Amino acid sequence: MYFYKHKCLWVRVSMLLSLMIFSFLSPAFAQEFPGNAKDSLDIIKGFALGEVIVTATKVKFSLASPMPVQILSGKKLEKLNSLSVADAIRYFSGVQLKDYGGIGGIKTINVRSLGSAHTAVFYDGMSVGNAQNGQVDLGKFSLDNIESIELYNGQKSTIFQPARGFFSSNTLFLRTKAPQFSKDKNYRLKPAFKTGSFGLVNPSLLYQQKLSPALSLSASAERVEAHGRYKYNYRKEGGYDTTAVRQNGDITSLRTEMTLHVKLRRTGQASIKTYLYDSERGLPGAIVANRYHHVQRQWDRNFFIHASLHNSFSKKHNLLANIKFSNDYNRYLDPDYKTNEGALDNKYYQNELYTSLVNQYSLRPWWDVSLATDFSLNTLSANLYRFPYPSRYSYLGALSSHMRWEGMDLQANLLAGYIKEDVKHYQQGDNQSVLSPVISVSAQPFKYKAFRVRAFYKESFRMPTFNDLYYTFIGNSSLRPEVTTQYDVGATWTIEPGGVLQSASVQTDIYYNKVKDKIVAMPSSNLFRWTMLNLGEVDIKGLEAKTDLGFKLSTKLLLDLGLNYTYQKAIDITPNGSTYGHQIPYAPEHSATLTSSVLWKNWQMNYSFIYTGERYSQKANIPVNYVQPWYTSDIALNWEGTLVRIPVKIGAEVNNFFNQYYDVVLNFPMPGRNYRINLAIEL
Amino acid sequence: MNTNKLFMVLAFATITLTGCRKDDYIIPEEEEILPPQTVTSVDGFYLLNEGNMNMNKASLDYYDYATGSYRRNVYGEANPGATLGLGDVGNDIGIYGNKLYAVINNSNKVEVMDALTSKRLKVIDVKNARYITFAKGKAYVSAYDGEAQLGDNSPNGFVAEIDTTSLDIKRTVMVGRQPEEMAVVADKLYVANSGGYSPPNYERTVSVIDLNSFTKTKDIDVAINLNRLKADDYGDLYVSSRGDYSQIPSKLFVIDTKTDSVKKSFDLATSNFTIVRDTAYIIGSEFSYETFDWDINYSLIDVKNETLLEDNFLPQSVIDAIKTPYGIAVDPVSLNIYVTDAGDYVSPGTLYCIDKNGDIKFQVTTGDIPAHMAFKETTTTQQ
Repeated sequence: MYFYKHKCLWVRVSMLLSLMIFSFLSPAFAQEFPGNAKDSLDIIKGFALGEVIVTATKVKFSLASPMPVQILSGKKLEKLNSLSVADAIRYFSGVQLKDYGGIGGIKTINVRSLGSAHTAVFYDGMSVGNAQNGQVDLGKFSLDNIESIELYNGQKSTIFQPARGFFSSNTLFLRTKAPQFSKDKNYRLKPAFKTGSFGLVNPSLLYQQKLSPALSLSASAERVEAHGRYKYNYRKEGGYDTTAVRQNGDITSLRTEMTLHVKLRRTGQASIKTYLYDSERGLPGAIVANRYHHVQRQWDRNFFIHASLHNSFSKKHNLLANIKFSNDYNRYLDPDYKTNEGALDNKYYQNELYTSLVNQYSLRPWWDVSLATDFSLNTLSANLYRFPYPSRYSYLGALSSHMRWEGMDLQANLLAGYIKEDVKHYQQGDNQSVLSPVISVSAQPFKYKAFRVRAFYKESFRMPTFNDLYYTFIGNSSLRPEVTTQYDVGATWTIEPGGVLQSASVQTDIYYNKVKDKIVAMPSSNLFRWTMLNLGEVDIKGLEAKTDLGFKLSTKLLLDLGLNYTYQKAIDITPNGSTYGHQIPYAPEHSATLTSSVLWKNWQMNYSFIYTGERYSQKANIPVNYVQPWYTSDIALNWEGTLVRIPVKIGAEVNNFFNQYYDVVLNFPMPGRNYRINLAIEL
Repeated sequence: MNTNKLFMVLAFATITLTGCRKDDYIIPEEEEILPPQTVTSVDGFYLLNEGNMNMNKASLDYYDYATGSYRRNVYGEANPGATLGLGDVGNDIGIYGNKLYAVINNSNKVEVMDALTSKRLKVIDVKNARYITFAKGKAYVSAYDGEAQLGDNSPNGFVAEIDTTSLDIKRTVMVGRQPEEMAVVADKLYVANSGGYSPPNYERTVSVIDLNSFTKTKDIDVAINLNRLKADDYGDLYVSSRGDYSQIPSKLFVIDTKTDSVKKSFDLATSNFTIVRDTAYIIGSEFSYETFDWDINYSLIDVKNETLLEDNFLPQSVIDAIKTPYGIAVDPVSLNIYVTDAGDYVSPGTLYCIDKNGDIKFQVTTGDIPAHMAFKETTTTQQ
């Protein structure tokens, strides 16, 4: 039974590949109709100038990057039926989104099977980690005020960034919308409203004000409210067929943020940003036999204030200084867990103080060097029995060099870190010191500028989280840090032939990752608690292929097409393990996405498709652990124009169009077909 | 034309992709042929695999003595209509009469099955149910949460009395917090209370229930965090204390049911044990915060003379092979020892059979966290 699934999969994969090959061959079309090229280009300019520019910058940027980068920004981002950053990153290749389902379900990113704690998330240049559990819930970042999402395998390809940017195996950058003003207006006001399935009521407001030529303010607020109920179905051929309604998945959240941007003399700039997210949600829990309703609840409050200064004191020098304080509160209530003091009511308080200083100096016009130094202090307290009250002092430094020649970029970093652990009670974790090298290169092997090859080697590590080390009864202070080694070779090719095929880009990477001492968190009694498992060693070999195509089908009809395919073998190679040679839990061998959008006058129609292949829910690749592949189709129709001289955007979405019932994480059912409508205006 | 071609390919690709999620069948049982055993008054046993919490992977295996057939994961195929199968975390199992009872903790139920066919007879809802024992036509189930019986906010647990003919809950009685294993001696039911939800304020008593009036008559003070409780043939109870996992170590206590008081204790880490004839077979595994490793013992107690024996009951090769000793059962007739290894808790475990001379008869792969066994009598007939 499980074998012909494989067979079927190959049919699927070969279909996808042939589709991609077809896409590769498409430039031929353009050459068949050279006559059309010139006037069609003019029409595009007049019609959708913004679109072309966005695509062009994007392509240029990723072409020279020595580390693979995937970017969703501007219009491209708006085309995806996405409520949150989590929905959007599903379209990146090499990414698994761990999604517990629904609007309130926790969503974390796992890149190239290295594990979710190996992806650092940056929000407007500042890292938003979680020292307690290493998980960043991407579901809480709404796309409403996000300008771009960038995912770097390895690190961002600039040496002018805080040390933290270099230390993770992968980095995800979220950039909010920067103030932009037209000539005759010194403010922007953008209210938006979304509603739809799950009882979603989602108003938001973006306000930007120019206070003086050098000073501008940007503020945004958003509220999400949903009852979170949806139908799901579990069935077996010739057996049970049960449909139920997901319960206790409600959420109420409020996000407010404000940023003051200051332009300093000449090239300098500074900003100060405050952010507050406050939420209450039900935890819908695992659906198991005879149990379809859970009563656990969770509250989260995240606050941070962040100041950043970028200045240069000479032509050759650049300075970036950052300081941030953050305070996170989390409360977990379990009325089913009855203690002497009433229901289990755990409260966690985290503080982080983070400072960073980066200096960059140009030694030669083709050679920059930088030194980035970071210090951070993380503390966690909780009202738990036998809680150790840990603190962590991290000192990170990165010495970098970036050389640029005609047709070649060479970057080298030497990272040094010292992490000191401190506990008030009980056993403290070991202090750690690390030294890791990174080398990356991007080259243009031929005269032909549109084709580049790249390669990188990177060593990184992640500390066990506070939960890994100290969680009462589950934590294990003798855990070792996880160490990853990444090797990647890739190529990018971009052409803009004009004609029917306006632009095409192809990006392919093969990689080999090794994880040693991998700490795997398996969901245990609830979403918030895990069973810690030292999975040992993992060998990950993968291939990612990605192509973006822009077609002009007629003078008024534009088609954008994006295809992503990922092949991944993530094998448990723990010596003497009972599952040696098995694919690690939740890593599909094959996954793919397709995005497409058709533009016609003021109308835009989007279709996107996500495929995640078969996986195993636990270490042993045996029938009882088999998890079915899933694939969803999302469709959207948008209209953008002006009504009574007000710019208006209206959209309607149908997600999971074919109403497939599936689990991303076993026993956490995902919604079937669901709907959403959006309205945004600009005043 | 090219546009059409493109859309055709696109549509075709979509259809191909969409058409490929195969029908999802109930996972069939797997059979392995092991050495057969002499059929006595016992002709086989069920093994309940707990499965890691939230995985919904509790499963039943059956070993048939006459044929040596070991059938893994028998529940699903026998009960295709049972939504999501046996459930989440199988915590205890027992056979009484012709019925098989499985306590499925996180599924809040007791699953009653035909002991011959393992087909479902009834599902009895018991919230956070833990253990089961039988006496005089009744089944007794301990449970952490008595929301309906004791009120929403009571931290106390309860014991439900189930009529084994009608399979209805007849009476309930409140006991201590987070009650665990039980045993019946004469007309009294003894319940070990743990209080594990409120460390360090653990419970330290065994509750005594009069079975006629079904009321609690007293609490016997023993030690903190009680767990396992078994009766021997001499009117004594053996009850294990788990300690507080750091300062206070795990111990084993002996209660005299004539006086209902503790008469002896053994400084022996005890995580699971069984008493057959005059011997208690004990598995102790305790996590040491000093060495950050498990200290494991396989001990024997002569329950007639209440003395700890010198020997352990496993050959060295099995001791070396077992990572996480978990379940223990001894055939009351052949005295074959069945011991399980739960491994890393998230992969299939192993069942070992060792005869009374200490020789390995077989080992076999089980479900995840093999834990609880119930011997089937030859006299069992279909319902």
